[in-house]
Amino acid sequence: MSGFLNAFGQMFDTATIASIVAGASALMFATMGETISEKAGVINLSVDGSMMLAALAGFVVAFETDIVWLGFPAAAAVGVAVALLIAFANIKLSLNQVAVGFVLFALTTELSRFMGNSYVGRPPVAVPAWDIPGLSSIPFFGPVLFQHNLIVYLSYMTVIATYLFMYRTRKGLELQGIGERPEAAHARGILVNKLRYFYTALGGALIGIGGAAFSLDVKLGWSDRPTRNLGWIVLAIVIFGGWHPLRAAIGVLLFGALQAYAINLIPEFPSLSQVLPSIPFPAMILALVVVNWKALLKWLDRYPFLRAILRSDPPTAIGTPFEVD
Amino acid sequence: MPSPLLILFRALAAALFHECLTSHAMSLELREIHKHFGPVRANDGITLTVEAGTLHGLLGENGAGKSTLMKVLSGFHSADSGEIVLDGKRIELASPDDAIAAGIGMLHQDPLVFLPFTVIDNFVLGSPGSWLLDRRQATDELAGLCERYGFNFDPDIPARLLTVGERQQLEIIRLLWLGARVLILDEPTTGISADQRAKLFATLKALAAEGMSVIFVSHKLEEVADLCQRVTVMTRGKVVGDAELPTPPERLVEMMFGQVLDTHERDDVPLGDSNLKFDSVRTASGLLSEEPISLDVKSGEVVGIAGMEGSGQDTFLRLCCGMRTPTKGTVSIAGNDLTDQHYREFLDAEVKFLPAGRLEEGLIEGLTVTEHFVLTDRDTNFVIDWDAARKRSEHLVDQYSIKGTEASTAESLSGGNQQRLLLAMLPAKLKVLLMEHPTRGLDIESADWVWEQLLARREDGTSIVFASADLDELLRYSDRILVFFSGRIIGELEAAATNVDEIGLLIGGRKAGAEGIPT
Ligand SMILES: Nc1ncnc2c1ncn2[C@@H]1O[C@H](COP(=O)(O)OP(=O)(O)OP(=O)(O)O)[C@@H](O)[C@H]1O
Ligand SMILES: [Mg+2]
Repeated sequence: MSGFLNAFGQMFDTATIASIVAGASALMFATMGETISEKAGVINLSVDGSMMLAALAGFVVAFETDIVWLGFPAAAAVGVAVALLIAFANIKLSLNQVAVGFVLFALTTELSRFMGNSYVGRPPVAVPAWDIPGLSSIPFFGPVLFQHNLIVYLSYMTVIATYLFMYRTRKGLELQGIGERPEAAHARGILVNKLRYFYTALGGALIGIGGAAFSLDVKLGWSDRPTRNLGWIVLAIVIFGGWHPLRAAIGVLLFGALQAYAINLIPEFPSLSQVLPSIPFPAMILALVVVNWKALLKWLDRYPFLRAILRSDPPTAIGTPFEVD
Repeated sequence: MPSPLLILFRALAAALFHECLTSHAMSLELREIHKHFGPVRANDGITLTVEAGTLHGLLGENGAGKSTLMKVLSGFHSADSGEIVLDGKRIELASPDDAIAAGIGMLHQDPLVFLPFTVIDNFVLGSPGSWLLDRRQATDELAGLCERYGFNFDPDIPARLLTVGERQQLEIIRLLWLGARVLILDEPTTGISADQRAKLFATLKALAAEGMSVIFVSHKLEEVADLCQRVTVMTRGKVVGDAELPTPPERLVEMMFGQVLDTHERDDVPLGDSNLKFDSVRTASGLLSEEPISLDVKSGEVVGIAGMEGSGQDTFLRLCCGMRTPTKGTVSIAGNDLTDQHYREFLDAEVKFLPAGRLEEGLIEGLTVTEHFVLTDRDTNFVIDWDAARKRSEHLVDQYSIKGTEASTAESLSGGNQQRLLLAMLPAKLKVLLMEHPTRGLDIESADWVWEQLLARREDGTSIVFASADLDELLRYSDRILVFFSGRIIGELEAAATNVDEIGLLIGGRKAGAEGIPT
């Protein structure tokens, strides 16, 4: 029992919190990308594979050119390419998004193993640390938020930008409209399918950047399937987040915290060191069950504010192609 | 230095000039519009003129192509060929955007609002303007329009909480806000209450007086006669006639169906034993919780249910068939107490419920007509005999004159034919048939046909309980009418001894005299 508490106590170290924020960058980008894509009505089920192949592309380009920043556009390009394939297959060929997404997941995963073989164990290239002058010396908030690198800062700025875009701008409202009821959006003169291509591609770009953030910042270098399973967690977090960028960001941090907690537990329970790192995955599913638990939601109905935060209705037209003759 | 008076004068002149420009009425011409879906020629060379500042009716049987034509005119569908001429100028409508820019706005048969979004978001979505949304300013503008047209919305509630009538109102003022000068309304009166309809008509008349051209699609001749100056009649993708109103309704019917329809007068059927009995039934909370309901429906009897949407009719019908269980009282079918049983047991007791949402609850999208028949078959064989099923299905398609084949999917049938399919799926023997809006959206001929089929069932002792928003339908086909108001039965009337006005008053919650109140 005390082992659990000890490990829990360590969670409140400034250093631990800062490491959770820093380690969340890859998931943050990918989760925002997936949220945008699904809001527009297109499920990009390939995230796990796209992120992996993008992580490889990012690393390879950064390694070969020795310019770390070039890795990001390369990774984004991979994400965009996969996303556009899904959009095309769904919009033009009326194929099922889930089926195409899954096939592309398998394909990109295998491709990354095959093409990344010769890069396993190569010396890493890392995004340089950069403290934000001034802000980084604020107590607590400085180390937690402002003593990282540009990619980490960009990751949480992407969350804020996604939120503001979706809920405060005209285009953002249109984005929500095309995933909610495309025929109504069409009737209002919105070019539904053109925008679906655009937002799926944008989402893919962010998923790709998430991949590069992983191989160039979170866990440096290339090994066999380094981002394994993170993509599936992204899909779960989007649902946990109720397709809301801020809630999804909280989900990402929660997952990071669970991972940190599991690692803190290892010294306490050395015999379980094999099992503990996988605990966050079922824990995430448990969290999903809890936030969608009917009885809880019913109880929360009495507190409209809390209920609004927890409400999670998927975009109604998610997964369905839109056609007008 | 110009005097303040001069400035005022100039401002007035500018405002007047502006007013002249913007409220300029538009005449509209459709020439030889063709539009097909696969083999179906939905519009087959339609030519139609709508004069500026008039209310123009569009009539036609189910599947005539009215909605298609209106969608072409609003840019939703692009026509295969044909011209649209606005004020003498040919316009190209590549998307709804072009139509809105040209001043053409359409209210769809099923109002195209985003249900989870707030009213204000629905209002601004798709409107031109700056990148950043200024919800406060939009709220002010919405409030201004609401005041002008006598509507009332809470801008911050989700649109799913609005009634269908309110969703229509929201769409209409949104279109006006966007500068629509031609307003298309596709069957706007199917899902709204009589009150809302009166309000809608008043608004439309006021708009036409301001120079708006309105195209009004409907199945109800009285509405068209009441509202419009001219009417065009379509059949099977073609225009078959045009008339100045008033015109005798028989002529319009003749144009629509090529013959004068003889309406089937209902003949009385002797009532038998009790088929459906409520004894002091009530629910725990909400609708139908205040006053216990006691009721006895005899075999062969038709009971109509009137009331504003959401006054408890849905709950009542669901109590009748075991989809809801009462907290107090008993429900019996043909003398057997089935109070706490489920819908399955009610089905076994020959009770059947046809809900309002044809595609939502009654039919399954993607399944064919034959598959629907197989599903309703309470056959216990593990393996389906498809050959036999297809034969039977072909026979039923023929018997119920469903326009389609046994292999048509449910959603590809037009509204009227979906309703025919539902009727064809009914078991041959029934004690109680419960229905919501049995003829909503059906053309007169189909509606008449449907009722002929339904009333014939009385001969076998079936009791019919149906909810409808159409008072004429209630009066014409019921023996007895129950009027619901805010969760209870406020009146019980003999159909033969009452009239539209009395029911109308009760629906609004006002009791006319003291008779007819249940004890
Ligand atoms: N999107 C579509 N795809 C295929 N067929 C269609 C489509 N829309 C309409 N149709 C067909 O076109 C014909 C005309 O349909 P339309 O909806 O215009 O009729 P309507 O006059 O509005 O009928 P109702 O009174 O039932 O609303 C019908 O046969 C219908 O099945
Ligand atoms: Mg129609």
